Amino acid sequence: MLKTLYDKLWDSHVVRTEDDGTGLIYIDRHLIHEVTSPQAYEGLKLAKRRPWRVESIVATADHNTPTTDWDKGIEDPISKLQVDTLDQNIKEYGSKAYFPFLDSRQGIVHVIGPEQGATLPGMTVVCGDSHTSTHGALACLAHGIGTSEVEHVLATQCLVQKKMKNMLVRVEGQLGAGVSAKDIALALIGKIGTAGGTGYAIEFAGSVIESLSVEGRMTLCNMAIEAGARAGMIAVDQVTIDYLHGRTFAPKGDLWDQAVSYWRSLRSDPGAIFDLMVTLNGSELIPQVTWGTSPEMVVGIDGRVPDPEHEKDPSKREGIEQALKYMGLEPNTLLTEVEIDKVFIGSCTNSRIEDIRIAAKVVAGKRVAPNVQLAMVVPGSGLVKTQAEQEGLDKIFIAAGFEWRQPGCSMCLAMNNDRLEAGERCASTSNRNFEGRQGAGGRTHLVSPAMAASAAVNGTFVDVREIITD
Amino acid sequence: MEKFALHKGLVAPLDRANIDTDAIIPKQFLKSIKRSGFGVNLFDAWRFLDVGQPGVSINQRRPNPNFILNEPRYQGASILLARKNFGCGSSREHAPWALADYGFKAVIAPSFGEIFFNNSLKNGLLPIVLSGIEVDALFHDVLGFPGFQLIVDLENQRVVTETNGKSFNFQIDPFRKHCLLNGLDDIGLTLERVDEIKKFEEQHKLNQPWLFS
Ligand code: SF4
Repeated sequence: MLKTLYDKLWDSHVVRTEDDGTGLIYIDRHLIHEVTSPQAYEGLKLAKRRPWRVESIVATADHNTPTTDWDKGIEDPISKLQVDTLDQNIKEYGSKAYFPFLDSRQGIVHVIGPEQGATLPGMTVVCGDSHTSTHGALACLAHGIGTSEVEHVLATQCLVQKKMKNMLVRVEGQLGAGVSAKDIALALIGKIGTAGGTGYAIEFAGSVIESLSVEGRMTLCNMAIEAGARAGMIAVDQVTIDYLHGRTFAPKGDLWDQAVSYWRSLRSDPGAIFDLMVTLNGSELIPQVTWGTSPEMVVGIDGRVPDPEHEKDPSKREGIEQALKYMGLEPNTLLTEVEIDKVFIGSCTNSRIEDIRIAAKVVAGKRVAPNVQLAMVVPGSGLVKTQAEQEGLDKIFIAAGFEWRQPGCSMCLAMNNDRLEAGERCASTSNRNFEGRQGAGGRTHLVSPAMAASAAVNGTFVDVREIITD
Repeated sequence: MEKFALHKGLVAPLDRANIDTDAIIPKQFLKSIKRSGFGVNLFDAWRFLDVGQPGVSINQRRPNPNFILNEPRYQGASILLARKNFGCGSSREHAPWALADYGFKAVIAPSFGEIFFNNSLKNGLLPIVLSGIEVDALFHDVLGFPGFQLIVDLENQRVVTETNGKSFNFQIDPFRKHCLLNGLDDIGLTLERVDEIKKFEEQHKLNQPWLFS
């Protein structure tokens, strides 16, 4: 039988299948962070159980950690308690690797997994965080789980799952200069909606996907969850293999050769059946900006804020009206006329070296516009930060008036001190523009790193293709 | 997980629809590292007149005398009666943890948020769906008879009133019912498959040895 990539990953991990089709799935990699793991460890302890295979665990502190004044430690006592509890649990139970607060390799869990070679093709990867879909860029089956499931995986190395349906998103053509994986993700969500992928595992394929770096592929798979799909994935090719070669936890020597020959089979069989296919023309894509409070409320940079008057469906009209009210926008406004107050370049969607390079390229030699009170770059990990500093990118940002911060989730979810005040408008490279996501009353516009950088120096959104022409 | 035996308890009526997980346990309490201890902040914004902060003892708080759970006659209630779409909102398990920690064993409503419904079952809290008319009738009885109790008979899938012998049937997934009756949590059940998991793991190691190096 012809199989999709998802079918292959699923089949190679089924321990048993119940009569109703529910599967018991073996988990290869368990990523852990401080927010969703304490209760799981507590449950384990109360039930007097032990983790099944601690070598599957890779942990870091990222959601709560500050991005400034690391010498002062974590000032918020409750955040500190969560981080300390993670330290304690890892110390007590063990792990394959732990990158605690202040470690030079600490960072956002979805950035460090691939960076360390701790997520590999063919694996099942879970984490108590919905953006675990990111890791699917390396042809693994990766999805977010709840705290009970974190405990379940700790105790049994397995997860109880129903198999999802297969969706293929094909992106053909060639991306123009200044157009990136983030724009593909936003355009896709604009097309299929935030529930469009519900119940599916999405595979991304086509010439545009093949031309993306692994970083870009991660941006795309990261956003699969915003399209409603719990998992996104991309087949193995030479780009994948080159990316992994030599990484800390990637196999070495003979094992590497064995692994690579297996990994090359991790692609959908030609002719395999998908339950749903969606195509996008990459050559026609332009930079995207969200205008509302859901990632599907998105238009191209040449577009306008929609007019609810033109929406016939009453519930959609009401949705648009509510979003515009929250966002403080008038119908029909050109996106290029929308002034911003803050800029956030970071999050597990766009905080990798490639993201920082492109933003630096846009910013180089310019200044942050006077109306922008704060523009910050938060690298995804300590290693990304070091790499960027070696390339001198930090100096470019600082010279332009940006703040250059320590790694972490930061303003993506505003659990630490980085947040928007009520009414503030932010160009953000993160993944969620829900009400209050970046701070109560804060207004988030999701964009690519290049678009965030160009908005920072321009003061309003601007078509970055005017700045980047090659 | 505790076995869900026949349960008899005092009923508290919360006459609102669409009670979301943030109302059940407000956001500021989610930074806790425990799954216990959320009960004191259940419905915090409604139960208290002042704004709740983590770590502040409820003895220093000002209870809202108009909130139904604060009325003396509902102290010790273990069955919550509510309106449609109870538990809508986020996937966080703190909502069922808070309800169970407060002392509720069951919630009766005409419908529930889907994730909340599943999370409740995983945490030994029984969500019971009755029709809107049946829920109406129960609201009427609770308000009419101080000390009104219900018997939740999971085995026979029915809710019986103590005072006037009315009985309402409810549906539940047979597997979930089995788990609740026998106090089996998902982990306990999976651990009954230890041998199969070990066998799989051995084979997996042979197939992809680099995953175990
Ligand atoms: S960066 Fe944002 S989306 Fe990503 S893991 Fe952190 S909080 Fe979640």
